[in-house]
Amino acid sequence: MVDQSIAGPVKGLAGASEGDRSGRARIVILLLCLGLVIAVLLSLTSGASDASAVNVISVRLFGIVPDDAVLSARDSLIVYDIRLPRIILGMLVGAALAVSGAVMQGLFRNPLADPGLIGVSAGSSLGAVAIIVLGATVLAPLTAWLGTLALPLAAFCGGLATTLLLYQVATRRGQTSVATMLLAGIALAALAMALTGILIFTADDRQLRDLTFWQLGSLGGATWTKIASVGPIIVLALAAMPFLARGLNALALGEATAGHLGISVQRLKYTAIIGVSAAVGASVAVSGGIGFVGIVVPHLLRLLIGPDNRYLLPASALLGASLLLLADAVARTVVAPAELPIGIVTAITGAPFFLWILLRKRGVVDL
Amino acid sequence: MIEARDVSVAIAGKRIVAGVDFAAYPGEVAAIVGPNGSGKTTFLMALSGELAYTGHVVLNSRDLLAMKPVEIAVHRAVLPQATTLSFPFTVREVVKLGLVGGRSGVLPGEDARLPERALARVDLDGFAGRFYQELSGGEQQRVQLARVLCQVWTPVLDGRPRYLFLDEPVSSLDIKHQLIIMTIARDFARRGGGVVAILHDLNLTAMFADRIFAMHRGRLAATGSPRDVLSDDLIEKVFDCRLRVGVLPAGNVPFVLPQSAVY
Repeated sequence: MVDQSIAGPVKGLAGASEGDRSGRARIVILLLCLGLVIAVLLSLTSGASDASAVNVISVRLFGIVPDDAVLSARDSLIVYDIRLPRIILGMLVGAALAVSGAVMQGLFRNPLADPGLIGVSAGSSLGAVAIIVLGATVLAPLTAWLGTLALPLAAFCGGLATTLLLYQVATRRGQTSVATMLLAGIALAALAMALTGILIFTADDRQLRDLTFWQLGSLGGATWTKIASVGPIIVLALAAMPFLARGLNALALGEATAGHLGISVQRLKYTAIIGVSAAVGASVAVSGGIGFVGIVVPHLLRLLIGPDNRYLLPASALLGASLLLLADAVARTVVAPAELPIGIVTAITGAPFFLWILLRKRGVVDL
Repeated sequence: MIEARDVSVAIAGKRIVAGVDFAAYPGEVAAIVGPNGSGKTTFLMALSGELAYTGHVVLNSRDLLAMKPVEIAVHRAVLPQATTLSFPFTVREVVKLGLVGGRSGVLPGEDARLPERALARVDLDGFAGRFYQELSGGEQQRVQLARVLCQVWTPVLDGRPRYLFLDEPVSSLDIKHQLIIMTIARDFARRGGGVVAILHDLNLTAMFADRIFAMHRGRLAATGSPRDVLSDDLIEKVFDCRLRVGVLPAGNVPFVLPQSAVY
């Protein structure tokens, strides 16, 4: 399981102890912060319209009035009500997916675990589709009561149910079998997709079009209202995850040893599962199926800074947010003025990367 | 001290450990011996708090069942038979995981250098930057011991003794490192801590143990000092193997005993 490229003694930074990668990790995190700022500025200024973000920002922040006031009002609308919510949503979703991937991998003790791969996203989709299709009929009382929260909550419950079921099936006496986990994940995903299929079968034409685009994954529908409904869930879940870092590190030695070190393993597992379900459920609810962020981002970072979750989790959040913004920028501009679903962009780059991980590990890793 | 009274463990309806009475005292190395499948590891797991049991276990005058994992971790550290690692951690990072509980017992500023000191103790100086998964089995075992030592670095904390639970700590080690590791264990006891070790080498047991617990089919077959326990009769009864204690090989067949080590 050791990558050839990183074999050989690990030198720390000057002055640091050999084998101590925490200094390097801190520098990488600083650089990732910088990268995120650049990605945000890039997203703010790029798009199908020629709206100038620079103008808008200078008006809002510094009160500089441009020559053409009409154009300025249009630009302001595009930047403030279209691009900005989309950027914030992209950052939230990217961070949520990447951190969820890292936490899942720590929990299942396997670098291949990913919410999209093992059926968690499919479970969330089922919950969300149920609300989209049945929201006006069978589930009307529920949607009326919960309002805009109905969709993210349903997605959360779907993801949570899948994860709990998966964990129960794959874990025997404290040991999680990865082979069982992947197979059970495939079965659960197939089941969730079949149920989703039944719902889609009953959907009308307008719902069908919504569903298709939503399932391919897109940040296109980003509005301030959506951010208000799922933002707090994602932010809460993300804020809870760093507290799991030490426990997840200990868990790398096995559940029993983590317990010996003083970690409440059961509590750690349930917190992680609920956190991941909330983050993934909320992301799926607003942006559909965006795959491979959860597996590619933590893997790249582990090569760079090592598997210490105290650094891996924040770094994953930053890189996940930046990557999703860049993917969205590509999705918005590559076939402009039309728009590619972002799920296609992440899958078309992520899937080959995933295969490459498998190739590199062939013969060394046993599933 | 650690006291176990009438401890039984059943796994999947099968009784693995039956009514074992046990005590480990500070200042002593207690060795658990017995054939494969006699319940040694299962008993140690119960003692560690990771396996459900019936009976009573008291750790430093507190009932084990009433203690939280984080409290138990202050009083004892456990070296399992084998440890698999799921991500490419460096040796230093693995050893540092011993400090997760944060009660190594050294002065606050000294924690930073503790992994290096622990690695030096187990004769792994200069291994800090290597990847754990690249090491040999014996080296990995010593890295894990270094991690365990970090967890309870000072044998006595807040006036209470701490314990090392070692499950076959020398099983994959060469003779030099067997002696180094057993000396670390004895030294930990001499400085006021306690050691509970499952051992298979009866010569090492005789050399380092203050007290032996011999297990047979889940029950305690005998307990006492090495001189009392290691008798022809008991070895035949417990190990189902006719051996005689203290007999030199006939003729000029070479034999090497750990007791002959010159420090």
